Amino acid sequence: MSPRVDLRRLVLAIGAPVLAIIFASLVTALVLVAAGDPVWSTVTTLWDYGSQPRTIALTLNQGTTYYLSALAVAIGFRMNLFNIGVDGQYRAAAFAAAAIGGAVSLPKPLHLLLIVAVAVAVGAMWASIAAVLKVTRGVSEVISTIMLNAIATALIAYLLRKVKVDVAGSNNIGTKPLPESGHFPGIPLIPGSTLDVYGFLVVAVLAGIAYSVLLGRTRFGFDLRATGRSQSAAVASGVDVKRMVIVSMLLSGAIAGLVGMPQLLGSSYSYSLDFPAGLGFTGIAIALVGRNNAVGMVFAALLFSFLDVSSVILDINDISKEIVLIMQGTIVLSVVVVYELVRRYGIAAEQRRVSRELTRTPASEPEGARA
Amino acid sequence: MRRVTTFAAALLTGALALTACGGSSTSQTSPADSSSGSSSAPAKSKLKVGLAYDIGGRGDQSFNDSAAAGLDKAKADLGIEAKEAEASAGEADSAKEERLRALAGAGFNPVIAVGFAYSGAVAKVAKENPDIHFAIIDDANAAGPNITNLLFAENQGSFLVGAAAALKSTKKNIGFIGGVDVPLIHKFQAGYEAGAKAVDPSIKIQSKYLTQPPDFSGFGAPDKGKTAAAGMYDAGADVVFAAAGGSGAGVFEAAKTAGTKAIGVDSDQYKTADPAVRSVILTSMLKKVDVAVFDFIKSATEGTYTPGPRIYDLKANGVDYSTSGGQVDDIKDKLDAFKQKIISGEITVPEK
Repeated sequence: MSPRVDLRRLVLAIGAPVLAIIFASLVTALVLVAAGDPVWSTVTTLWDYGSQPRTIALTLNQGTTYYLSALAVAIGFRMNLFNIGVDGQYRAAAFAAAAIGGAVSLPKPLHLLLIVAVAVAVGAMWASIAAVLKVTRGVSEVISTIMLNAIATALIAYLLRKVKVDVAGSNNIGTKPLPESGHFPGIPLIPGSTLDVYGFLVVAVLAGIAYSVLLGRTRFGFDLRATGRSQSAAVASGVDVKRMVIVSMLLSGAIAGLVGMPQLLGSSYSYSLDFPAGLGFTGIAIALVGRNNAVGMVFAALLFSFLDVSSVILDINDISKEIVLIMQGTIVLSVVVVYELVRRYGIAAEQRRVSRELTRTPASEPEGARA
Repeated sequence: MRRVTTFAAALLTGALALTACGGSSTSQTSPADSSSGSSSAPAKSKLKVGLAYDIGGRGDQSFNDSAAAGLDKAKADLGIEAKEAEASAGEADSAKEERLRALAGAGFNPVIAVGFAYSGAVAKVAKENPDIHFAIIDDANAAGPNITNLLFAENQGSFLVGAAAALKSTKKNIGFIGGVDVPLIHKFQAGYEAGAKAVDPSIKIQSKYLTQPPDFSGFGAPDKGKTAAAGMYDAGADVVFAAAGGSGAGVFEAAKTAGTKAIGVDSDQYKTADPAVRSVILTSMLKKVDVAVFDFIKSATEGTYTPGPRIYDLKANGVDYSTSGGQVDDIKDKLDAFKQKIISGEITVPEK
């Protein structure tokens, strides 16, 4: 109640991520020392390369993709659903959107809308399979989404061969490239960089705001979070849990459908064998580090993106770039561990405070009686 | 929610740790190699070669390793300086471009890209750096005045081992195992089947691919290779061609267990495979990526770059079958006759 307690909460809220980052840095430094790599020059190399205008643009681009993936995962997390299937959902969506987008010809805004609508629909549809299995047959979404990832891989490989166009002299195959009307214009955001930032960055920001408003400011968001915290309590307060599972899985899948869009509409314009894979798993890590918070995930996505983009330079400087994977893994672990420790400390502190006030109340009573 | 979070974190860290472990064995070698490379030769104006691998990198016992072998030979024989960089699984095209840019920016010239996945990246970065010469392996699509395309006629080499398989099979039943279901490996399959049918049009050929893209693990999963091969041997095959990179090790194990034969790929696997299973290796389809890389670097040291496609086929001795182990000595005449017919153009080997 008092401002002092709020201050302590604030310290706990800021302290946790700071502690996690310090801990992760220490572990990474130890690994670097053990591998015989110079710690300081690794950091400066990463930073020097990462702070060039071109690299910043790349980091923002990659971060856009990561952020959308994290949002998709986070919706599930808030509902206590573990959607591992974001990976399959975005690949199926990107493939379908690329195939259909390449086959039709429309004026620009309509064409872009159609491609994005197809992606959202296919992503949601692919996620809905797991949702339906869960509510009708009680199949754990962890299992079904993992399997659906594998099924998506096989299905895309099969369908890709049906719709592919051969690139002369290349061993790659892909969907027919999108015509100019299907290109999402880039934004020359970073001064000094010849590389434009994906226009889809704007969509990602809007999606983040929508996520925040939906979960924090609407009845649906309240029901979703309530179901995530305690299903029985939610049922008792009149929430239809099955409906919530279906709707949140559909939403998660719909956002997953957007994950491949920055790449498809801003850079490759076709779904080919080397379309980026595994973004769904990166999204899980970023949602964890960002604590499912719309702003927290922005920082987490940019951090991961910075590490991934800058790791290219490590190879050139004779430092194993796998160190970046170790950093990311350590960050995820330390965030989860530190938050749990801080949460327990916070509860213990709260209990102490309450018990202190309880013991103080009888002592103050006589004073009141005297007055 | 906390339960899910903890579970997710554990799962994810495990996955990250595994990825890191997988990579570490390959990356350990590169710093040591480059330091020894730079100290060995005298400091005259040394050629600085940049080499960008595809997923797997140095140590994949297959395609990338073959390129690495060519680079090592160039380091030893030509006294060049070299820098190697490696792709991450599932990365975007922009990461490949940046890798090439970083190599070009650090003064490496020529820059060699290993694998067709670099096609778009090479085309783009070569245009930005007209003074730097690029080479790309297995891709003819990236073209430019400063791009050399190193191409192989995998179908021709596969034709010969297909013929060898058919000649050696007593049950008239052979197998083909492809690592990943991609057009490049379809070329191996097409040649293999044509070669086998040229010997015996009625021969039964089983074929299987280990994984579908974008899952490229089929090039490095001996367990998958072993299961697939065991299935083929059970179904009556007695020779199986493993066009599956590192997964071939599993195919050889399955052949050893079944008492049957297998055919290696890319390098002379009779010399590189585990000694315990060498006896099952009938022959190997040689794809001399090392020769192509070495030749390219050699011409670079002489200052003679030739842009455009450079085709390593049977005629150029870029693909071949191996004879070490002596198991195909009795049919060598027949195989060499096929070879001559392909070289002379009498036989055209299909590509798909």
